[in-house]
Amino acid sequence: MARKAKEPKIKEEKVTKIGGKFVHRRKPNRSVGGDVAIIVMLIVVGIFMLLPFVYAISNSVKPMDELFAFPPRFFARNPTLDNFSDLFIIMSESWVPFSRYIFNTAFITACGTLGHLLLASMAAFALAKHEFPGKNFLFTAVIWALMFPATVTYIPNYLILSGLGWLDTYLALIVPAFASTMGLFLMKQFMEGLPTALCESARIDGANEFRVYWSIAMPNVKPAWLTLIIFSFQSLWNTTGGVYVFSEQLKTLPYALNQILAGGVARQGAGSAVAVFIMIVPIVMFMLTESNVVETMASSGIK
Amino acid sequence: MSTAVVEKKKRELKDYEKKWTLWGRIKDNKASYLFLLPYYVLFVMFTIVPVIISVYYSFTYYNILEAPQFIGWDNYLNLFLHDDVFILAIQNTFIFAIITGPLGYLAAFVFAWFINELPPKIRAIMILIFYAPTISGQVYMVWSIMFSGDSYGWINGVLMNWGITNTAIQWTTDTKYMMFVCIVVALWSSLGAGFLSHVAGLQGIDKELYEAGYVDGISNRWQELWYITLPSMKPQLLFAAVMSITSSFGAADIMTAMCGFPSTDYAVHTIVNHLQDYGDVRFEMGYASAIAVLLFAVCLGLNRLIQNLLKKVGT
Repeated sequence: MARKAKEPKIKEEKVTKIGGKFVHRRKPNRSVGGDVAIIVMLIVVGIFMLLPFVYAISNSVKPMDELFAFPPRFFARNPTLDNFSDLFIIMSESWVPFSRYIFNTAFITACGTLGHLLLASMAAFALAKHEFPGKNFLFTAVIWALMFPATVTYIPNYLILSGLGWLDTYLALIVPAFASTMGLFLMKQFMEGLPTALCESARIDGANEFRVYWSIAMPNVKPAWLTLIIFSFQSLWNTTGGVYVFSEQLKTLPYALNQILAGGVARQGAGSAVAVFIMIVPIVMFMLTESNVVETMASSGIK
Repeated sequence: MSTAVVEKKKRELKDYEKKWTLWGRIKDNKASYLFLLPYYVLFVMFTIVPVIISVYYSFTYYNILEAPQFIGWDNYLNLFLHDDVFILAIQNTFIFAIITGPLGYLAAFVFAWFINELPPKIRAIMILIFYAPTISGQVYMVWSIMFSGDSYGWINGVLMNWGITNTAIQWTTDTKYMMFVCIVVALWSSLGAGFLSHVAGLQGIDKELYEAGYVDGISNRWQELWYITLPSMKPQLLFAAVMSITSSFGAADIMTAMCGFPSTDYAVHTIVNHLQDYGDVRFEMGYASAIAVLLFAVCLGLNRLIQNLLKKVGT
């Protein structure tokens, strides 16, 4: 909240009224040449970043003959939505219906994200707002866990999941996601900024700790939980199911994308259609929550 | 009278216990532990215990079917003395990580720094463009179509059209180009959480620091960067570094997606690829665990090193 208050002040500094006209006042220490170089560079790299997205979208609306055209064209000439309808028509006959992959991914993502949000924010609340023995140790363990790739533990995880009898069920993908470390880390760092007096006054009014967490802390850390949802969503939405799930009916959308693209050039249209579908959802979500995410990341630092 | 004194002493003792003995303090904070319990049960189960199990298995021969047999350091010795593919995997991983790690980190910072100078509306759009590859995850698969080795591949098509080459380049199977392709894709997709952290760190710097800097005679953007900007956002720099090390040493999916698994002549075979090879394909869990433990050690070691280096920024 304190951060938001600063925003208008910055705007005032930048725009100054000279002779009745609003003029963009240049910052000191900035050369015009440097600014131009920076803008040119941002445009070039920005195009590079966008290239695969535009290519995927354009490929997904290309009719078959254009996919095989030589030289290959970047943009479609006669755009068609056949590739999208093919996904549902052709694939419903040959494999598991395509809609099943969508359902699996959506289900895993929704459950995993909700559970993670609840568990991680509860733990983060205690770590940020309570004093108790072992607090630093517990939080340090999470920071250390951020420092190595999750692949390191996938063999024992496989054995543990198999011991629990969770292999080849949704649980194998959903439950471990509850304890992902990034969400807890960001949530805890953000909750540190929550005024302790706020919690204190609720306690004096007779609220129990759970009420303080649920009705005081959570509504005040909206940017943090939106960010947590984005990160959790992103990793679950893109999970292929790996070695934990092997029945075709439980496989996810990214797995389907891999399979389709492995089919070679004839499948490019369908593959691109899936890619477009996969990318559009998280990108739209990020677009809607961007300012909240940036606000949360400001407290992400490791001290 | 005396009972009252005894009562008082008892109460004092209780208060003392509550405040000063470990068990007393733990009992006093029951609520906090209840909050932590659900998360930490799972965290221990899926992160801590697996690390410990990995270390244990790395000293055994274990193929899932039979009980693990303790074999001491044999797995580690075999890795370094008899496994040429592993040595190659180390080389590949380090080449890949040394280029994508620091370069990706630097790129993430530089672009965040540039973007920070733009007006807020354009800034929001640019952040979206630069972060989109990370958030869209598996979409790097699209690169495998663009780099496709036949003449249907768009990149080959462009190069042939311009006359730079007259035969289709086998981007994903010719050992000369495979690493290059993987690095390009990794750089594209890996600005990631580090980038957001940089953006946020830059926006959070107190503007008055800059004003003070101008007064103190800072005369160009580079001095401003080194003396004000970087020291003010050290925590974010560190967070981004951690993210960057983790992702560049954990790389494997990009290699598999671009060049297949195993890749031609193991040209882009990474440590994690090797781990998957022994874990998923050959079921030599002990050996695979030894690889995992080495990767774990390298990542933690590097993180400590980077943390110490970053402490020197701006001094």
